[in-house]
Amino acid sequence: MSRRVPVGVSVSLAVLAAVAVAAAFAPWLVPGATAQDLMTGISGPGPGHPLGTDDLGRDVLQLLVAGARTAVPGALAVAAGSMLIGNLIGLAAGYFGGWVDTLAMRWADLMFSLPALLVAIVVAGVLGGGYGPAIGVLVVLFAPTDTRVVRGAVLEQRHRPYIEAALLKNLSSWRIMTRHIWPNIASVALASAFLNFAYALVSLSSLSFLGLGVPAGSPDWGRTLADNRTQLLANPWAVVAPGLAIIATAAALNIVGDWLHERVDRRGRTR
Amino acid sequence: MGWAGFLLRRFAGTAAVVLLLSVGVFLLLYLAPGSIQQTLLGTRPATAETIAAIQARHHLNDPVALQYLRWFGDVLRGDLGTSIRTGMPVSDMLGQRLPLTLALVGYGTLLAALAGIPLGVLGALRRGRVTDRLVVTAGVVGLSAPPFAVGLLLLVVFALWLGWFPVYGTGQGAGDQLWHLTLPAAALALGAVGLLIRFGRAALVREMEQDYVVFARARGLSGPLVLGYAMRNSLVPILTAAGLVVTGMLAGTVLVEVTFALPGLGSLLVDSVTFKDVPVVQALALLLTVLISGVNLLVDIGYSIIDPRVRLGRSVS
Repeated sequence: MSRRVPVGVSVSLAVLAAVAVAAAFAPWLVPGATAQDLMTGISGPGPGHPLGTDDLGRDVLQLLVAGARTAVPGALAVAAGSMLIGNLIGLAAGYFGGWVDTLAMRWADLMFSLPALLVAIVVAGVLGGGYGPAIGVLVVLFAPTDTRVVRGAVLEQRHRPYIEAALLKNLSSWRIMTRHIWPNIASVALASAFLNFAYALVSLSSLSFLGLGVPAGSPDWGRTLADNRTQLLANPWAVVAPGLAIIATAAALNIVGDWLHERVDRRGRTR
Repeated sequence: MGWAGFLLRRFAGTAAVVLLLSVGVFLLLYLAPGSIQQTLLGTRPATAETIAAIQARHHLNDPVALQYLRWFGDVLRGDLGTSIRTGMPVSDMLGQRLPLTLALVGYGTLLAALAGIPLGVLGALRRGRVTDRLVVTAGVVGLSAPPFAVGLLLLVVFALWLGWFPVYGTGQGAGDQLWHLTLPAAALALGAVGLLIRFGRAALVREMEQDYVVFARARGLSGPLVLGYAMRNSLVPILTAAGLVVTGMLAGTVLVEVTFALPGLGSLLVDSVTFKDVPVVQALALLLTVLISGVNLLVDIGYSIIDPRVRLGRSVS
């Protein structure tokens, strides 16, 4: 295995680092990002506003930085929530086998056949609660990805001597699963959660674009796109900039996620 | 297991899934905040008569299970209810908007196949070189970029700056309509191109390493002929990708239709969801359920046509 990190991955890591910095320090970097200036209104790039302003007179560049802070926490919540549920079910399915396994896998098949975004649109839209229900729906629909990956990894561990030893010591199944098996498969579980984070970020920004996510006026990339798409002629950058931010972040997350997956996969095989 | 038994089992499985999901679709009515009468009334005044009419129409005094059965029976007879927002029969609204969505998805699929399959083959044949890496990267970007962001960028570049395509609208006449649908279809196709590159390239790379390919080459068979053999054997993963392409397009068309302000089923779904027009949302959700289950069934049957071992109960290699 070569130790060199591919060019695409290093570029992606740089993009993600920039997004992470923006997300962590947005309130200090751009304290006035959401300050409206209705007198100015929408305008193209000019002095003081390198990317122009949007229809509420907000600086597009500052909105872009503030948007990272809106994008990351929701996606993190989805990734963490589905990781918890998916890992518990995956551990149980792989460890106990039999009908537990069958039931878990049928459930995963069913969830897989549903397009997550459409279900989120319908359920979150009808419930009408905005961000909260959308996150709940995505947690349930993304969990099966983790379940499948974790179950596969557990099956590989199930008949190893250390589990036999733990069984002979009369340890509880719960303890064996969480304290003995999970640490051995944690890297696989984390790589899977990372890819879920990428999907969650894109899905949540899609929902915000459709007006079913963050409230109007929030500095969200999808929302900014939606709010400014009727003003293309006045300032196309108010649409181009958040669009590029979403595409770059999503692509970077997927490239790094695939790379992580491949690495832990290979390590598992050689060990 | 013979063909009849195989088909019967698959049909039964699909029917079970559709029934299960139809219960969920029915219960959407109970999910909406506020009372069911309120939801069904919408903006109409809540008088004794209107409430009585709604209770009679939806049998709200019956047990929930009976309500579901009546609703499902109506659906089977083609009665999808009345829209709260427009007062029109839901089936008429779907009928009006279905052609545009079908055209968009069809056009998008065509573009995706025309771009994705050759690029996947190119990547596999130039494996490990610069061309291959470019193709793979383009595939990941296509796969991860949301269609609404892509659509708006296409709009800015090709409609606003270059002026090659119209900015909004659906156009008059067949040729003009096709021209108006090109940018939306391209935005919709990009994700599918990414899928086809990922699955197609991986499958073909695997096949090109097989002994029969080496042997065919050693016997002096021409390159295109060998490629033909390898491609036929990589059809199973491509079929998996095709199933994902269709479900991805159904989700993508919602975003694309809203982005380009096209009056299709996707924008109808968003409008209805925003207005809490539950009968229309239910009808669309049910339609999507049937479409997606149907596609999954076709893919399953397709596997067994391409690879008879599937039908015999062995797993796909």
